[in-house]
Amino acid sequence: MENYLTLFETYDVPAAFWANIQLTFWAAIWATLLGTLLALFRISPIASLQFVGAAYVNIFRNTPLTIIIAFGVLGLFGQLQVSLTDDFNLNFFRLAILGLSLYHAAFVCEAIRSGVNTVPLGQAEAARAIGLSFLPAARLIILPQAFRGAIAPLGNVLIALIKNSTVAAAGSVAIEASSLMKTMIEFRGDLVIPIFLTFALGFVIIVIPVGLLTTWASRKLAVAR
Amino acid sequence: MTSEAQPSTSVPSGEPLVSLKHVNKHFGDLHVLQDINLEVARGEVVVVIGPSGSGKSTLCRAINRLETIDDGEIRVDGKALPAEGKALAKLRADVGMVFQSFNLFAHKSILENVTLGPVKVKGMKSGEAKDLALSLLKRVGVDNQAQKLPAQLSGGQQQRVAIARALAMQPKVMLFDEPTSALDPEMINEVLDAMVSLAKEGMTMIVVTHEMGFARKAADRVIFMADGQIVEQATPEEFFTNPQSDRAKDFLGKILAH
Repeated sequence: MENYLTLFETYDVPAAFWANIQLTFWAAIWATLLGTLLALFRISPIASLQFVGAAYVNIFRNTPLTIIIAFGVLGLFGQLQVSLTDDFNLNFFRLAILGLSLYHAAFVCEAIRSGVNTVPLGQAEAARAIGLSFLPAARLIILPQAFRGAIAPLGNVLIALIKNSTVAAAGSVAIEASSLMKTMIEFRGDLVIPIFLTFALGFVIIVIPVGLLTTWASRKLAVAR
Repeated sequence: MTSEAQPSTSVPSGEPLVSLKHVNKHFGDLHVLQDINLEVARGEVVVVIGPSGSGKSTLCRAINRLETIDDGEIRVDGKALPAEGKALAKLRADVGMVFQSFNLFAHKSILENVTLGPVKVKGMKSGEAKDLALSLLKRVGVDNQAQKLPAQLSGGQQQRVAIARALAMQPKVMLFDEPTSALDPEMINEVLDAMVSLAKEGMTMIVVTHEMGFARKAADRVIFMADGQIVEQATPEEFFTNPQSDRAKDFLGKILAH
């Protein structure tokens, strides 16, 4: 046990988890914005926008996240010299956020679309009948109800995002949890199993409240019909 | 063509507010509107009746383009219906619509349901819209429910709110698509009363309904539709006591038997 506790003197485990939480936080914001825009495209009456939305979702949803993140570092940064900041390490961090956002936006889009399907057609007809055109009708009537109907699937996307934030390791983000676990296992062969359990349990502790919260919120915020 | 034969007693004078000329629509193989010609004068109350599947709801919904038409022309206040976009939205703002299933905005309060159109479409100040909404809600007798959500109201109350919501846009014409068909029997009259008083105030109305009592009380003209055609039109008195077509006689025989 004493042996185990020395791990936390040598390695800053909470800081690693904090990095994953930060990756998740920013990627969740960007993925929600982009995913909402894509959902708007997919439900819009304009065929070319519908096509763009569908194409995006089908490409990014079906591409492995590791491929996207690795491309961010090796392709975007390494070869194409795309840089999101002058700070070397922060750049990898931001590229990882970019990759996570692009990937999860496809899932956010589909979650919102499932929420749109919970809104009866009559709501859109009533909105149009009082003279709202597509965008105001979507913003004022359809999306607010769709989000409330999509809390559970959006929660699932968030849970997947929390866990997938460890894929940032493939994007040279060395400060996050899975990278630290790799280092610790390398140097502390005597504690391999406890190290694994520490990280596994850490994610379980972060994820379970998110699941409980979204279940509670989806009941609490359900639109009464 | 029977649809051309308008009885002399109810031919509207002057420019019609709503006019449909040679309107056709198909749902797949079903020819749901067959060369429909109809003119509705300012202030006129037209009741459309007919068996289900006769195209009467489609006709009503086509007038604010919730249903597109295949060919023909629909004009509201002299202007042809625009195909899409802002112009169509603007025209819809002038055409009030009341649905069978109420369709109140489920996430907004009763008051917000009524103020939303005036504020977001017409750019009315929110205080002014609130006063307007409360006076309309009072007129239909649900002003004491203003802060509740739609799901907390009875069907009859919801439908009266829907009428207030449409009126808040100060429409030129009101369309009612079977407004009492989804209501429990004891709630039908409260909605019909609101509609009768609206008719008495001179609102132009096109009402798809099975309520013969309303037709007798408030309609200037009854239109009988069957199989996508306007089979017969007459004053309520004439239509109910002396229907001309066999189709109408058969229909009235079935619904007035009890």
